[in-house]
Amino acid sequence: MHEVTSPQAFTGLRGRGLKVRRPDRTVATADHSIPTTPRNLPIADEMAAAQVKQLEANCAEFGVPLHGWESPNQGIVHVIGPELGLTQPGATIVCGDSHTATHGAFGALAFGIGTSEVEMVLATQCLLQRKPKTYLVRVDGTLRPGVSAKDIILALIARIGVGGGTGHVFEYAGSAIRALSMEERMTICNMSIEGGARAGLVAPDETTFAYLKGRPHAPQGADWDAAVARWRTLTSDEGATYDKEIVIDANTLEPMVTYGTNPGMGLPISGTIPNPADESDPAAARALTRALEYMDLRAGDSIIGRPVNTVFIGSCTNGRISDLRLAANVLKGHTVAKGVRVMVVPGSADVKRQAEREGLDTIFRDAGADWREAGCSMCIAMNGDQLAPGEYAISTSNRNFEGRQGKGGRTFLASPLTAAATALTGVIADPRTLPGMSR
Amino acid sequence: MAAPKVGTFATGLVPLPAENVDTDQIVPARYLKVIDKAGLADALFHDWRFEADGSKKSPPFVIDEPRYAGHGILVAGDNFGTGSSREHAPWALGAFGIKAILATSFADIFKSNALKNGILPIVLPAPLHATLMQIAKDDLAATVTIDLATATLTTPDGAAHHFPIDLFSQKMLLDGLDELDYIRTQGGKIEAHETSHPGTINTLQPNTPR
Ligand code: SF4
Repeated sequence: MHEVTSPQAFTGLRGRGLKVRRPDRTVATADHSIPTTPRNLPIADEMAAAQVKQLEANCAEFGVPLHGWESPNQGIVHVIGPELGLTQPGATIVCGDSHTATHGAFGALAFGIGTSEVEMVLATQCLLQRKPKTYLVRVDGTLRPGVSAKDIILALIARIGVGGGTGHVFEYAGSAIRALSMEERMTICNMSIEGGARAGLVAPDETTFAYLKGRPHAPQGADWDAAVARWRTLTSDEGATYDKEIVIDANTLEPMVTYGTNPGMGLPISGTIPNPADESDPAAARALTRALEYMDLRAGDSIIGRPVNTVFIGSCTNGRISDLRLAANVLKGHTVAKGVRVMVVPGSADVKRQAEREGLDTIFRDAGADWREAGCSMCIAMNGDQLAPGEYAISTSNRNFEGRQGKGGRTFLASPLTAAATALTGVIADPRTLPGMSR
Repeated sequence: MAAPKVGTFATGLVPLPAENVDTDQIVPARYLKVIDKAGLADALFHDWRFEADGSKKSPPFVIDEPRYAGHGILVAGDNFGTGSSREHAPWALGAFGIKAILATSFADIFKSNALKNGILPIVLPAPLHATLMQIAKDDLAATVTIDLATATLTTPDGAAHHFPIDLFSQKMLLDGLDELDYIRTQGGKIEAHETSHPGTINTLQPNTPR
């Protein structure tokens, strides 16, 4: 749990005189409202400070382990769960946060819940649920250089729309998914909710076990062997049928960028901004007109070359070490375009330490980017990291809703590679044109 | 928390003909720094309703138009409530006086959160939805009656339409029963499950020190 969606749940428990049933199955961190400025400074925003303090008090009172504000394990809840080895195959994982779907990358059933449900889980370790429908997302083939996991999920959402998976759980399968690292699988599962599905999962395999082995909370010794034997059984049956299916050919995918105000409004980077007049559905035409108005973009223009004010690299979608490595690799030895603010925010304190061990922080700083402390930061703009009205950002986060990154701010969602390429030029740039990424 | 109780009510309509209205529009994230549920009525659709200086927009956003004052049913576009799990969204809608939302579909988490707060997310077939959207715009005196016990919505012309609702949620809301109280009556089953599924996750105790 985190500081934003838990306080009212604890108040509920207190009102009923209830305890947390399983503190040993509960974990908390502070991520949403905390500043990403150096940790020796106090939290300037009084409401944010009060929220973080309340979380500390609640966790202390109810015996819940907290990786808080000053902990070496602090970070975005969906980054630290896997990192600590708490996210394990076959588990049911819930959090008052819709991107809980991230943990599905391990073959866990993981989904976001409301605060009333957080209270129910704290009190009873149970939730009342209806069985969701199943939706197979099969991604076959091989990604081309410059195309990444983020582009797979943005392409899926562009095809099925933000309501396409409503009532369903995605299972991501196929050779392209099998070839992904755990961090890349997390990027994909993370955005299941942007496709309307509360959860999305990948059957566990050797990649999953290799990632988990030796992590602080992963089982050890004989327990590990027994767990892996059990986890191996967590695959869909050969020939299983699904309520819905879609097949995506990884070979044909391009880097994706969103142009509108929901994550389904995305296009291949070589594309042009669609025209409302071409929409057969009047509601879709209306939505597109409104989105282009908000974004101040013109139908028919190409997305490449759109100027940005800010580049945000971070979030639970793309704030892990492999994401930072990709971005650093692009920025190494270069400087970011003049007048462009580039913020790099690691997803956790652990990611930050690892990046610093590898010297990535120096690469970012030397390039003129801002290297910050871990948190949600400009993904949700609750902590003061935000766009000014009218500003454009290219962002590796997951939501481009109106005002998501600051009131009046405008968001292009993209991969870390596309964001880093854009940082160099100040306008949306195709990462496939970078050296070493030839088609 | 007292469980909300819902029975029969009749009220006016407010048209919000936008698709995919997301939770960041319903309650912008900067209003999520509260640690209680109070005072969220002003946060509702905040950035659509207020100027930067806090004054109401002119002309006002639809829910602030005097002619819709007191109307408790929002007629919204498809996939209402897409986005985050913030229960602040139904809290704010409830605080403003919204009792039901009519749409052709809802985002899953929003729907579940709304029901827990006594706000009915009612899915209508597209033709009926379009008719009611038109009535909401044209006929300010029109009222719609919603009866949860029979799961019917009665349009101003007197026609009654059945709407789908999860039977469990329906019963809980009709009787004002609390879901958590209900789960707590299942203690024996919870214990049995915990015994047969010991699991390997322990958040309190790492196996390997860092
Ligand atoms: S990084 Fe963004 S999407 Fe992820 S948990 Fe934080 S606010 Fe939510």
